[in-house]
Amino acid sequence: MEKETCTFSYCQRPEVTEVESDLLILGGGMAGCGAAFEAVRWANEKGLKVVMVDKAATDRSGAVAMGLSAINTYVGENKVADYVKYVRNDLMGIIREDLVFDLGRHVDNSVHLFEEWGLPIWKKGDDGFSLDGFQARDAGKAMLKDGGVPVRSGKWQIMINGESYKVIVAEAAKKALQTNREKTGMAQNHFERVFIVKAVMDANGKNVAAAIGFSTRENKIYSFKAKAIICTTAGAVNCFRPRSVGEGMGRTWYPVFSSGSGYAFGMQAGAEMTLMENRFVPARFKDGYGPVGAWFLFFKAKATDSYGEDYCTNKEYLDDAIARYGDYAKGLGTGIRNHLMMRAMKDGKGPIIMRTHEAMQAMGKEFIEKLGEKEGKKKMKHLEAEAWEDFLDMAIGQASIWAANNIEPDKVPSEIMPTEPYLLGSHAGCAGFWVSGPGDIPGTPEHYSWGYNRMSTVPGLFMAGDVVGASGHKFSSGSHAEGRLAAKAALAYILDHPNYKPSPKMSIDEIAAELYLPFEVYEKYKTYTTDPEVNPNYISPKAIQLRLMKIADEYFGGAATWYMTSRTMLQEGLKKLEMLKEDCNKMAAKDLHELLRCFENYHRILSVEAHARHILFREESRYPGYYYRGDFNKIDDENWKCFTNSKYNAETNTWEFKKVPYVQMFP
Amino acid sequence: MPSFVITEKCDGCKAQDKTACQYICPHDLMALDRETMKAYNQEPEQCWECFNCVKICPQQAIETRGYSDFVPLGSSNIPMRGTDSIMWTIKFRNGILKRFKFPIRTTAEGSIEPYAGKPAPDFADLKKPGFFNGLARTE
Repeated sequence: MEKETCTFSYCQRPEVTEVESDLLILGGGMAGCGAAFEAVRWANEKGLKVVMVDKAATDRSGAVAMGLSAINTYVGENKVADYVKYVRNDLMGIIREDLVFDLGRHVDNSVHLFEEWGLPIWKKGDDGFSLDGFQARDAGKAMLKDGGVPVRSGKWQIMINGESYKVIVAEAAKKALQTNREKTGMAQNHFERVFIVKAVMDANGKNVAAAIGFSTRENKIYSFKAKAIICTTAGAVNCFRPRSVGEGMGRTWYPVFSSGSGYAFGMQAGAEMTLMENRFVPARFKDGYGPVGAWFLFFKAKATDSYGEDYCTNKEYLDDAIARYGDYAKGLGTGIRNHLMMRAMKDGKGPIIMRTHEAMQAMGKEFIEKLGEKEGKKKMKHLEAEAWEDFLDMAIGQASIWAANNIEPDKVPSEIMPTEPYLLGSHAGCAGFWVSGPGDIPGTPEHYSWGYNRMSTVPGLFMAGDVVGASGHKFSSGSHAEGRLAAKAALAYILDHPNYKPSPKMSIDEIAAELYLPFEVYEKYKTYTTDPEVNPNYISPKAIQLRLMKIADEYFGGAATWYMTSRTMLQEGLKKLEMLKEDCNKMAAKDLHELLRCFENYHRILSVEAHARHILFREESRYPGYYYRGDFNKIDDENWKCFTNSKYNAETNTWEFKKVPYVQMFP
Repeated sequence: MPSFVITEKCDGCKAQDKTACQYICPHDLMALDRETMKAYNQEPEQCWECFNCVKICPQQAIETRGYSDFVPLGSSNIPMRGTDSIMWTIKFRNGILKRFKFPIRTTAEGSIEPYAGKPAPDFADLKKPGFFNGLARTE
């Protein structure tokens, strides 16, 4: 097929802006806001310029855009080493214990700041019951940093009134960036609605010299040159065909706007990845994907099959799981519980039921016994509000679904279901880049640390949040803390390399031509057919996404095959994916919104390709309940208790894979 | 559930250079029809139903309608976000009405001073564990 090029013969040439800074932060989510907050404090002292670029409005961007009802990582009264063990157990034995420990020893500092900035945090009342953030304040309860006792919904989780969580964290970051503008005289250092498309390498062949992208609001493209870059953007969502394919396609569990752009950025820079075979398939309330954590941990609800049996204790299922997956199955991590749930579903015992009604009735009975009829009923009312708030703070649509189906959780149970797969590194998954650890933790092997904390294998390119591999269960607070860790290290890197001046390998004209190619293609061909939607000369961003979803779902272990795949299936799917990748040269965009969708979906393709190739490389089923290799349906510690690392060469379109030893640092 | 804009209520945020819903939507879904000067959701099947457009609309012109592939008709879920709390009014299909009010922040909007009262960074600690405002835990 002939290749399309952009010579601006058909579409308008955009205005080009070059922005020079010392530190560039990609993404304005929790990790990006943490990076900005920490970086600026240090940068201001040295007159260094810090710039943040966000594809949305930072007040409501990233995974916390809707809000959250809990902070899932707060170490508090626990030990950091126990946090490492918990993460290791849930991620099937292979994590970077140095990164996880480092996260655990820093995360509380960020949580204390959130509370100081105004995030309402539940506290334990004198009667042992929970107080919301206002009640706690009015009762004079101490802040967490001063020994206030949070309401734990699990060992590591604390409950919050988190509707405005992101707005609050963004405010601190934006104010911080403002002080950097005042200090350095920069006119603008916070760019919203600018989408970063790719990394441009330096003429020195080592560093990333610039990140290039375009405004989604005006015909303007940007080249952000920087001495160091922190990539903090999200995982990859809407890659596998979702269970809902109509309007509900947007009701993903993780944010639908997580387009794998951080994975694509690092891949195009040649940064080494690790554990990209990992994925997360959460079991959530059916269709609305409302959270189940508080129901299990706080309300103590049970999930059973439709006959009332707890599938996690079914002897036949457990014995079989232990035979295949060994002691890992006994740990009953999140994946194994999915696996057991699906066994019950395959035996026709579905739907799977979260018994909310029994849990709430039991709690109501306990309240009345403890507090008497009147007070007990009052507490019950508060409890009902807490149950609804869990949804209204973070998965509002689930509350709407309950209302539409006349579901009162204290009266009737609700269905739960495993979702479509998600790629991420900050929640209960660990797909991402191979980064350096801090190096100071006893027992750190040499291959875990190369000088700068959270730096990828590309010098000056740092990672934080979803894109850091082998270190999951950071969640919102941990991502913020990790952004801060990366910021400190990036500043150290900048100060250690005072003579580095970025010089991008691509000219401004080349950049403009690449970013606006989908406009050129559309304008060139759009009148060839009477309906521009159906045209043999190009592919629309929607079509790219639907093709990707179908390939991923059918060949790479989506919900369609009960998450089952194999070498032969992967190889066949990869052939189809390669053609899709080639067709992206003919992506067509009729407006800036579609231009955004074109490149977002290209990023999804790269993310999925890394995922599929990693699954192919790892010849075992390390993550049962999330995916299975039918040809190697067991855990094989002897050969595969190791990291699987890969490197993509964007110029030659080739991949290198290797095993990297896992080292257990904590007993 | 995808957001929708009530024709009569939307004024296209005419006093401002861009509409509030366009400004806030994390997925770039809200668009403005320049002819009618009314906003609309240009890609409902990509809507995460985060309700940010609903919460921010100065005219209360935006609501949501259940995803057509699995939500029955007849219910509604409407927030009113104030400066320190949010109020939700939830109407069930069968008419049951529930109202909840939750705190959203304990400080005034815009009042955060990120570095007030915080120590200055010590560059001798730049490569050590800890942040500018405190040491790392040891266990």
